[in-house]
Amino acid sequence: MQKLELLAELQKHFPEAEFPENTQLTEMVISKDKIHEVAAVLKADETLAFDYLISQTAVDWKEKMTLVYHLESVKHRHTLVLKADVADRENPQVETVSDIWPTAIPHECEVFDLFGIRFNNHPALRRLFLEDDYGYPLRKDFRDEVNFIER
Amino acid sequence: MQSTIYNFHDLTGSIDSTLHSWFGNTGTVIAEMVLVGIAFLTFYALLGLFLVYLERKVCAVIQNRYGPNRVGPMGLLQTVADLIKLLMKELISIKRSDKFLFNLAPFIVIIASFMAIAATPFAKGLQAVDLNIGVFYVMAVSSLGVVGILIAGWSSNSKYSLIGAMRSGAQIVSYELSVGLSLLAIVTFAGTMQLSGIVESQADGWWIFKGHIPAIVAFIIYLIASTAEINRGPFDLAEAESELTAGFHTEYSGIKFAFFFLAEYINMFIVAAIGATVFLGGWMPFHIGSWDAFNHVMDFIPSMVWFFLKAFFIIYIIMWFKWTFPRLRIDQLLTLEWKYLMPLSLINIIIIAFIVLMGWHF
Amino acid sequence: MSEEIIKDVIIGESDDYIINMGPQHPSTHGVLRLEVCLQGETVKYLIPHVGYIHRGIEKMCEASSYPQIIHLTDRMDYLSAHMNNEAVCLCVENAMQVEVPERVKYIRTILDELNRIASHQLWWCAFGMDLGALTTFFYGLRDRELILDIFEESFGSRLLHSFNTPGGLMHDIHPNFQKRVKDFITYFRKKLPEYDQLLTGNVIFQQRAKGVGLMSKEKAIAYGVTGPSGRGSGFSCDLRKHAPYSAYDKVQFNEILYNEGDTFARYKVRMDEMWESMNIIEQLIDNIPDDGFTAKMKPIIKLPAGEYFQRVETARGEFAVYIVSDGNKTPYRIKFRSPNFSNLFVMNELASGGKIADLIAISGSLDLVIPDIDR
Repeated sequence: MQKLELLAELQKHFPEAEFPENTQLTEMVISKDKIHEVAAVLKADETLAFDYLISQTAVDWKEKMTLVYHLESVKHRHTLVLKADVADRENPQVETVSDIWPTAIPHECEVFDLFGIRFNNHPALRRLFLEDDYGYPLRKDFRDEVNFIER
Repeated sequence: MQSTIYNFHDLTGSIDSTLHSWFGNTGTVIAEMVLVGIAFLTFYALLGLFLVYLERKVCAVIQNRYGPNRVGPMGLLQTVADLIKLLMKELISIKRSDKFLFNLAPFIVIIASFMAIAATPFAKGLQAVDLNIGVFYVMAVSSLGVVGILIAGWSSNSKYSLIGAMRSGAQIVSYELSVGLSLLAIVTFAGTMQLSGIVESQADGWWIFKGHIPAIVAFIIYLIASTAEINRGPFDLAEAESELTAGFHTEYSGIKFAFFFLAEYINMFIVAAIGATVFLGGWMPFHIGSWDAFNHVMDFIPSMVWFFLKAFFIIYIIMWFKWTFPRLRIDQLLTLEWKYLMPLSLINIIIIAFIVLMGWHF
Repeated sequence: MSEEIIKDVIIGESDDYIINMGPQHPSTHGVLRLEVCLQGETVKYLIPHVGYIHRGIEKMCEASSYPQIIHLTDRMDYLSAHMNNEAVCLCVENAMQVEVPERVKYIRTILDELNRIASHQLWWCAFGMDLGALTTFFYGLRDRELILDIFEESFGSRLLHSFNTPGGLMHDIHPNFQKRVKDFITYFRKKLPEYDQLLTGNVIFQQRAKGVGLMSKEKAIAYGVTGPSGRGSGFSCDLRKHAPYSAYDKVQFNEILYNEGDTFARYKVRMDEMWESMNIIEQLIDNIPDDGFTAKMKPIIKLPAGEYFQRVETARGEFAVYIVSDGNKTPYRIKFRSPNFSNLFVMNELASGGKIADLIAISGSLDLVIPDIDR
C-alpha cells in the first residue's frame, strides 16, 4: 500500500489520532491510554495487518516521554511509526502490547529498564540489563557521579 | 604346522623358576605380584601418555592442523609436560560435596580399568592371568567403572555433574548388553571364554573372516557399543562439553582429573585390545587356512607387534569417528541401543548358533 | 510460560531443578545466562538473563558525533560489523540527503556479502561444535581466514574494520581487492561442498537437527525473529529484497526460504545463503564503477532535526537504526534494533519440552551474538 493510501486508511480507523507531516515514515500519534486498543485494531484489521513489531523504544523529551513503535505488515509491506506521549515522569504507566506482539515482551522490559516506564499486564516485567536500584539511564536527567564524564 | 612364534612363556617361565630358587613358593608369589604390578603401572602410564599424544596427532590430521609439535621431538614430550602440569595443580575441594566419595571416585574408575588390563593377552604367553572365563571377567570388570562415574557425579554437588553421571549410568548399563552379546557371538564360534583359547582358535584365520557376515555384524556392533561404553566419540554424552561443560568430572582438578582422563584412554585401549583379541586374532599373525608358506612368513613378525597393530587400528577407528561425528542426544542414544543394536545382536547370536550347529564356519 | 512460574523462579520458591547455563558456558557463545528448568533431561522452560556486557552504547552515542558512532556499532554484532556500520551511514546519508557515489554502493554491497559469508562460516563452525562435531570448527575457520585476510589488506583490520563513514568509505579499496575476492570465490565454491559432506549429510546430525525447535511462520513474525532464523520458518523478511539499499537493487538473487521451521531449515538457509552471497559478489566484483570512494561531506556532520529510521539485513537478521536528531552534531536519541535481541527471546518457546541437547542445538541455530543483545 502506498503511503497516502495507508494514511487515508488509518485516518478512517482512528479519527482522533494525529498524523504529523513531513516525516520519513508514516507516523501516527495517539493518546497513551488507547495504545492497547489501537494496537489490537492495527494487527487485526485486514487492510492494515501490522503483524510485525520491528522495534519498540522511547524518547525522553524532558517534559514528556514518547513511546515509539515501529510496525510493519508482512502481508502488505507497509510500515508505520506509532507514537504515544507519556507525561508523568514519576510513575509512568502504559498498557502493554505484549499480548498482541509477543516480541514486545523483551522490548518492553528494555524500555522499562532504561526509561522506567511501567507496562501494565506485562507477563514478566523485569530489568533486563541493569541492577534494580540503578537509575533509568536513557532519561535526560540521569546522572551517574561515578561512571559519567560530563562534557 | 610348526609355529615359529616366540613364546613369552619361555621368558616368564625362566623368571618364575629363578624366583622359586631364591624365595620359595610364597615369596615367589609375592615377588611376581610386585613385578607384574610394577610392569603394569609403567606400561599403564606410558600407554596413557602415548594415547593422549596419539589422539592429539590423529585429530590434528583430521582437522588440517599440526597438533603438538613444540615440546620434544615431534611434540612427543607434550603429554609429559601436561602430566607435570596436572600433578602440580591445586586440588580444589568443593563446598558441601561428599568429601570421601569425591576422593574415592577417581580411584574406582582407574582401578576398574587396571583390572581389565590384567587379562589381556599381549603376546603369545604374555598374559598376567589367563582365566578360563576371560571374556566374562573383562566385561564384568570394565563395567565397574560406571560406579566410579556415578559416585563422582553424585558427590560433586554440582547439577551438571549429576546430569552427566545419570546419563553415563543409563548409557553404560544399556550398551553393556550389546558389548556382551557381540562378544558372545565369537565365544559361540570359538567354544571357549578363555582369551588365550580364543586367540588359539584363530590360528587358521581371524574370526572376522572365518565367521561369515554374522561375525562382521558382531564386530560393527562391538565397535559402536564399546565406543558408547567408554563414553567417547559421538556417544560422549556424559561429558558433553557443549551441554554439560565437562559432565561428571566438572568439579575435579589436578591429578584427580588426570585419573579420569587417563582411565578414559586406558579404557579405550582395553576396548581395542579385547576387540582385537576376539575379532582380529589378538597376537595371532595373519593366517590363511592351509597356506603354510604364507603363514610361515607371517609368523616372523613378532606376535606383540601384531597385537599392538590391531589394537591401534581399532583405536584409530574410534578416534576417527570421535572427531568426525556430531554427538547423539540421550533419547536417540538409548533408542539406538534398545531398538536397533540389541535386537540385532540377539538375532545375530541365533544365526551364529545355527551356523555353529551346522558346522558351516571355517 | 505463565506469570506464576516466572514469579516463582525469580523469587526462588520453586522446587524445580534449575540449572544456570552461563554466563560462563561453552555453548552460549558469550556471556548469556539461561536459567533452565529441567525435569530429568527435559527442559520445562527457560528464562534468558542478559546484560552481562551491557555497555550502554545507546547512551554513549548520545554524546558522540556520527563518525564516532560508527565505531561503536562495530562492537555490537561484531560478526556483521560492516552491516551495522552501513545502517548508521545510510541513515545519516538519507537524513542529509547525500547521494553517495555508485562505487561506494558497489563496494559496500560486496563487503556486506563477504562479511555475511564470514559470519555464516563462523556460525557453521560453532554450530558443529555445539552438536559435538569438533572438526567443523577448523574447516570453517580455515576458509574464514581468507576473508579476514582480504579485509586486513584493504582496511587494516580483520574484524571490526569501521570501513564505512557517512558519505562513503574511509579510503579506497586495495588494488588487489578484486583479484583476491575472485580467487576466494573460486576457492570457496570448491570448499563449500566439503561442509555438506562433513556435516549436512551426516545421519546423526540430521537426527539432531530435523524436527527440533519447531517455529511456525506466525510465531516467527510475532516474536520478530528475522534473518536466516526467520526465513527458516518461511517468514519472508530479507530486507535486501524488500527494501533494497546500496546496490542490492542492481543484482539478481533469490531470497532463501524454507518452510519447515526446524533447526535443520535454519541450517539450510544459512548454507544456501553462502552460495547466494557468492552469486551477488560475482555479479558486482567486475563492474565496480570508478566515481570516487566518498561523497563530499561537511567536516562536521549535523543532521537536520527530525527522526530517521534505516533497516539493513545483517547476517543475523534485521538491524535497524532509529535516530532522533535535534539539529546538533550528536544524536538526541539513538536506538539500535538488534536482531539477536528479538531472536533470543523466542528460545523459551522453541526449547521447552525438548531435551537439553536440543536446547543447545536451538541456541546454535539461532546464531546468537551476545554483545548485540546487550548493547
